[in-house]
Amino acid sequence: MGIELLGGRILAPFFGSSVHIWGSIITVFMLSLSFGYLLGGKYSIKHANLTRYGVIFLLAGIMVLPVALWAPNIMETIFMTIEDTRYGSLLASTALFFIPTIILGMISPYSVRLLVRDSMDSGHVAGKLYFVSTLGSALGTIMTSFYLVLWFEVNAIIFTFCFILICLGAVAITVNQLSRAQASQLTEPHHE
Amino acid sequence: MNKIVFILILVCFSLSSYAKVIHQERSLYRNILVEDTFNLRCLRFNVKTSKTNQSCLYKNEPQKLVFNYTKLLFASLLVMEKAPENILIIGLGGGTMSNTLNQLYPSAKITNVEIDPAVIKVARQYFGFFENNNVISKVQDGRIFIKRATLKKQQYDWIILDAFNGDYIPEHLMTKEFLQEAKQLLTPQGVLSANTFSISELYAHESATYHEVFGDFFNVRNRQNSNRIILTTNQGLPDGKHITARAQILNQQLKPFNINIVDITTNMTSTHDVKDWPADTKVLTDQFSPANLLNY
Repeated sequence: MGIELLGGRILAPFFGSSVHIWGSIITVFMLSLSFGYLLGGKYSIKHANLTRYGVIFLLAGIMVLPVALWAPNIMETIFMTIEDTRYGSLLASTALFFIPTIILGMISPYSVRLLVRDSMDSGHVAGKLYFVSTLGSALGTIMTSFYLVLWFEVNAIIFTFCFILICLGAVAITVNQLSRAQASQLTEPHHE
Repeated sequence: MNKIVFILILVCFSLSSYAKVIHQERSLYRNILVEDTFNLRCLRFNVKTSKTNQSCLYKNEPQKLVFNYTKLLFASLLVMEKAPENILIIGLGGGTMSNTLNQLYPSAKITNVEIDPAVIKVARQYFGFFENNNVISKVQDGRIFIKRATLKKQQYDWIILDAFNGDYIPEHLMTKEFLQEAKQLLTPQGVLSANTFSISELYAHESATYHEVFGDFFNVRNRQNSNRIILTTNQGLPDGKHITARAQILNQQLKPFNINIVDITTNMTSTHDVKDWPADTKVLTDQFSPANLLNY
């Protein structure tokens, strides 16, 4: 949500700040989240583990980077080719946000897969997850729009988001590697 | 003194109770109200606060300008070498500026850019805003118009930014990048004037931003209201002599419009003499432009 809000700020210099900007941004985010959920669920079927989960975070963090690095260049190209600001902003938000948001969308279903141990418990776990992720969205929205834009530059905020995602991914992968190492240490004597 | 204030309040109060809303509509961007108070017709965005008057005219003397800030905008003519030929107005309001300039300089090309088609319609219907061979209006976001115009290598000798009303500020029309784009549109002798705010924290940020792009500029304001005009040029400010001489030439020409240009020269201060904002003020950029959050 933080990134979505900044999207409006990023697009404004090229496509204005009228209502169709938000139309473009929200459409792209909803669309890519829906694909993300689908893909995340699919990806979780085989060999679900924390390392793969961490890779999703890592990838998401990396794919958000172009928004900070090349947004003006990407938007300028689109601005030159498309006169209508509606389709211009739609294409620009697709170019900037479609892929990273798909990957971000994969996180929720994958989390369900990792957290559910018992099908009796699945509703409870999913409920908690929705709670956490939607609450996080609310916090991200209010923090970004009320305070972060007042304190920092847009790119600084985006880099921070990237950094947090990459860190989370790294933590997940390390934890998994460590526990795997521990597990293999424990099982080693049996092999001998 | 208290008595005068009291009478003024009373007059305002009674005037406001005589105000009659003759047109009201909700556009994509705002509520638009047209209000008649005796001989005075005003355009308002949103309701009830008196500071949201966008544009007013005297119905029996439409030529006479009502608002101080509109009059102050004419200080721009003082820093020009000659009469403007290509004028760009961002933000239409009631179209007063466009109408006046067309009467003053019938052969000048005037382009009005307004984001809200409903405002253009209301200006035509209720404020006598007219278009002709030399006056056109375009429905577009100001930033986008300017970006496209730079691509087409268009040039204007006078750009008027009047897109800021009290309630909401288009933040992308306040940044350094935007001003640089606008500067590209100016002819070598071109002048840019912006009607903006003189109070709130935004004042310093805005001043710093204009100074960064244009160097020294004139602040034009009087004590009666919270507007200020930022007046700046593509190639430095003229000296006092030039301004006095221009004021003498323009004085008669501007009288019919209720503008006392000689008086206005006393409202101008150059930032060369007075920089009334902290030196470390952050410049507004596309990356940092919380204009609406700063405007308290």
